[in-house]
Amino acid sequence: MMSKKLSFSLFSLLLVAVMILSACGTAATPVPATKAASSQVEIFSWWVGPGEADGLAAMIKIFDAKYPQYTIVNAAVAGGAGTNAKAVLATRLQAGDPPDSWQAHAGQETIANYVTAGQVKPLDDFYNSTGFASVLPKTLIPLISKDGHPYSVPVNIHRSNVMWYNPKVLSAAGVTIPTGGFASWTDFFAACDKIKAAGKTCLSLGPEGFTAMHLFENVMIGTIGADKWTGLWTTPPTTDWTGADVQAGIANYAQVLTYTNSDASTLSDWQPASKMVADGDAAFNIMGDWAYGYFANAAPNGLALTPHTDFDWTPTPGTQGIFVFLSDSFVLPVGNKNPDGTMAWLTVAASKEGQEAFNPLKGSICARTDCDPSKFSEYSQDAMKDWTSETVVGSLTHGVVAAPAWQTKIDTALKLFLTDTSKTADFQTALAAACKSDGTCK
Amino acid sequence: MRHKFQLNLPQLILAVAIIVLGFSTMYTLTKTQLTVFGNDFTSIGLLISGLIFYVGILIIVAMYQDETVLSIAILIPSLVAVAIFVYGFILWSLRVSLSAWQGLRPDYTFVGLKQYIELFSNDLRFNIDIRNTVMFTVLFILACLVLGLGLAILLEQRPKGENIFRGIFLFPMSISFIASGVVWGWLMNPATGARLTGINLIFHFLHLDFLIGKWFTTAMPWGMAYTVIPAVWQLSGFTMALYLGGIRSIPEEVREAARVDGASEFQIYRYIIMPMLQPVTLSAVIILGHMSLKIFDLIVALGKGDIRLDVPGIYMWTTTFSGNNYAQGAAIGMLMLISVAVLVVPYLIQNMRSETKL
Amino acid sequence: MRRHVILRVLLYVILIALAMIYLLPVYLMLLTGFKPFNQVDLKTMWDLPTTGLYIQNFIAGFNQLSPNLMNSLTMVIPEAILSSLLGSINGYLLSKWKFRGSDLVFSLVLFGMFIPYQSILIPLVKFMFTIKLYGDIPGLVFVHIIYGIPITTLIFRNYYAGIGTEVLEAGRIDGASLTGLYRWIIFPLSAPSFAVVIIWQFTQAWNEFLFAAVLTNQSHWPVTVALNNLAGSQLVQWNVLMAATLLAALPTLLVYLFLGRYFLRGLMAGALKG
Repeated sequence: MMSKKLSFSLFSLLLVAVMILSACGTAATPVPATKAASSQVEIFSWWVGPGEADGLAAMIKIFDAKYPQYTIVNAAVAGGAGTNAKAVLATRLQAGDPPDSWQAHAGQETIANYVTAGQVKPLDDFYNSTGFASVLPKTLIPLISKDGHPYSVPVNIHRSNVMWYNPKVLSAAGVTIPTGGFASWTDFFAACDKIKAAGKTCLSLGPEGFTAMHLFENVMIGTIGADKWTGLWTTPPTTDWTGADVQAGIANYAQVLTYTNSDASTLSDWQPASKMVADGDAAFNIMGDWAYGYFANAAPNGLALTPHTDFDWTPTPGTQGIFVFLSDSFVLPVGNKNPDGTMAWLTVAASKEGQEAFNPLKGSICARTDCDPSKFSEYSQDAMKDWTSETVVGSLTHGVVAAPAWQTKIDTALKLFLTDTSKTADFQTALAAACKSDGTCK
Repeated sequence: MRHKFQLNLPQLILAVAIIVLGFSTMYTLTKTQLTVFGNDFTSIGLLISGLIFYVGILIIVAMYQDETVLSIAILIPSLVAVAIFVYGFILWSLRVSLSAWQGLRPDYTFVGLKQYIELFSNDLRFNIDIRNTVMFTVLFILACLVLGLGLAILLEQRPKGENIFRGIFLFPMSISFIASGVVWGWLMNPATGARLTGINLIFHFLHLDFLIGKWFTTAMPWGMAYTVIPAVWQLSGFTMALYLGGIRSIPEEVREAARVDGASEFQIYRYIIMPMLQPVTLSAVIILGHMSLKIFDLIVALGKGDIRLDVPGIYMWTTTFSGNNYAQGAAIGMLMLISVAVLVVPYLIQNMRSETKL
Repeated sequence: MRRHVILRVLLYVILIALAMIYLLPVYLMLLTGFKPFNQVDLKTMWDLPTTGLYIQNFIAGFNQLSPNLMNSLTMVIPEAILSSLLGSINGYLLSKWKFRGSDLVFSLVLFGMFIPYQSILIPLVKFMFTIKLYGDIPGLVFVHIIYGIPITTLIFRNYYAGIGTEVLEAGRIDGASLTGLYRWIIFPLSAPSFAVVIIWQFTQAWNEFLFAAVLTNQSHWPVTVALNNLAGSQLVQWNVLMAATLLAALPTLLVYLFLGRYFLRGLMAGALKG
């Protein structure tokens, strides 16, 4: 038991503490909780790598100049090709604490996710008052709208159907690319045979993360064409998932895989596959146009190669005249802390100035059609011309045409197919089942 | 001693003072905010003052001179916390797993065991997961136990520099699973010919070319076995430490007595030390087992989405946060929990029984 | 005698070979950490850096991680200390003051170790948000302490089970109460077990990513989230990542070095015996 002396001293100490604490308590003036919060605008993305982080920083700088009363909180979380960010975002949305805006792929990824759940607001007024609608390509707006209301502000456009190649490897094997690119996958396979005979890998491929699906969508579009591709995703689909078109696409996919590097699944990401082309170990690599920055930029983030000499590009086989796009966009949340801050951010993201600052650094082109080409690289200038003239279709891999649940099922079916590429019929059945599970197919 | 309230005045005053302190602080904090160095500590302040309040109550309870009651009273905060944060949340997860929740808007419509049935009957990916996780768990636990025990016995021979060796074997535990997966992915790279690299290159250098292999890209299902290597690298040192502790806690007199009786070192290990290490093995199996059944970061970093190396933890993550299929994700989570329980509960029961016997 | 020498030599040979194998990945991490980005390639994995030791990686890594270092430290140190204290008290009560059903209670508490944390993320975030502990370090400390209760209780309970009751009997005869026994007898004997628990909790909390990413706002991110951002994006700078990973592992290494002796003593005293 405690001695009397000890308990008495403790007791007095406590009395003193009680007095001090209550004094402090009453003295502490209630801090208005919202004061600090309403000057902050929390932007959520997964742009942490070189290039993309720089682009975001440039846009933030413009924002700071235009709206000094707000501070941007750049809450970017990387990892898992965006799944970590998506997890953090999802938990916050469930808890009722949305950030002031977040990055989402324009298209079904936004619509099926956030619009259906009522977590973002339509942007009709914004589009009208800023005139944003008039500077976006007409084919784009329906793809980012639901029931005629647009729901996101696209800041950039990336192109999926680009095939990069090493001119030296091609000439050494005696392969020439027809003007405008290979007209069909059959022509491409003929070229591959020549490359193989010369001892090089024809097409380099990365790990299963997203590169396999990226290749798949390009093979499919190149086989069945733009209209039929779009027809796969309409409600109901006008292209039959169980039909001969899809079957032909799967057959081509199975065949193209025979021309890829056997260690694809061990590569750390898409960059080592692209590097195989740069190093001359492979002839071709199909990857979105973010690869341009990897090839051309200075070290340490790029390989500092010379366009047309060390590397070059052509549309993926069968896709001339087609622009397979993906777009990063920002949304207007429901119930965030600083709605005015969000509108300010969206204004900057939609502005010519903002997009011209962001895109050259990220390696993409503006979603707006009126950006100044001189600020962009040679490749991007070509892309800008194509964006306004070619047929625009959406990417599967990057969230435009299919809802995330559907895309995940396709991804699982694709990965299972990769374990045994002879099971083409099973793959097609699984794809049809994935469509049914989404509710688009009956 | 039961229900003998022994009034102790200084103690009572102390208790009351503490109760008043706690209560008044709690009350003040509900009215105003507590800002320390620009951080909002109101909630933490409330928590702490609540605990102070509770301490005061405990002092009063102590005056009842009933240790059982006091013991339970002290345990109550922990039990409440576990009840909420473990059992409450698991029940939520159970509810979701029995629902039809797909998409970002919660949907608790009851559909019974539909998710579970689909996982077991229709789902090729889940079948791969089950096979992979069983293989991983068995190999991982066995390898850690064998290697850990082996290293412990080696270090028990008191070589010079024992501390350094111990530190080397224990160090990998401090590295994050993600980094470990990345590095071992490089080491186990299966490329051949001109692109030979990693451990294969070392084998080639040592003229051990027959050892060059495909590592974790080996055809299903054996590729999964190789993913055990980084996990064992990280946790075998910890198992070794467990066994070292166990061996060294066996009194030297016991071993001396055996030696006097003419037993060889080997016999001492086999018949005296090993049986006495059973409790250590039990603890190791529990800790290693629950880690392996929930394994996630490591496989993601190593396999990068390769479905041949899929495990339930990854499937649950992808289907929940990429596919927005919360119901299926919750079902997979519940199955993971059940699998750990199935592994560990028998051991626990056996352990409880043997304890009460003593 | 000769046999003894041969065996001894064999012992060292085996140990050194094993040590080299265990250090191989660390060597690779160091090697990569000292290379500039354009020399980082699978093909040249084992090549030494051609342009000297590129320490900019470590500097860059440190710059990336240092804002979050304070967050991690202010989170992990209180968490490790508090959760070990809590585990000690719980373990003491559950091993020395058994009441009817205390074993069942212990098993129920232990079960909490087995839940997959991904599956309780959403209710956890919702709850933390409701009690206003979301977004900042104290909330993360709170969560780690609670989820640490099962294993810290396990370790201490097993440890105290190994302490004979004679010691306590003596104290009781002298008139000590439940709390008195803890304060004057049990607690002083607990140093080795505290070492085991603090090391384990420190390592777990320091390397923990999931709760850290989901429960804290950007300004309060611990080191693991910053490290993860280095590891996953469109273009990963492997050299900086490796350097940063090694830097991030240093604090745990220091804890091992400091508490390592006690760690072993703790295990020796049966902290993790069944």
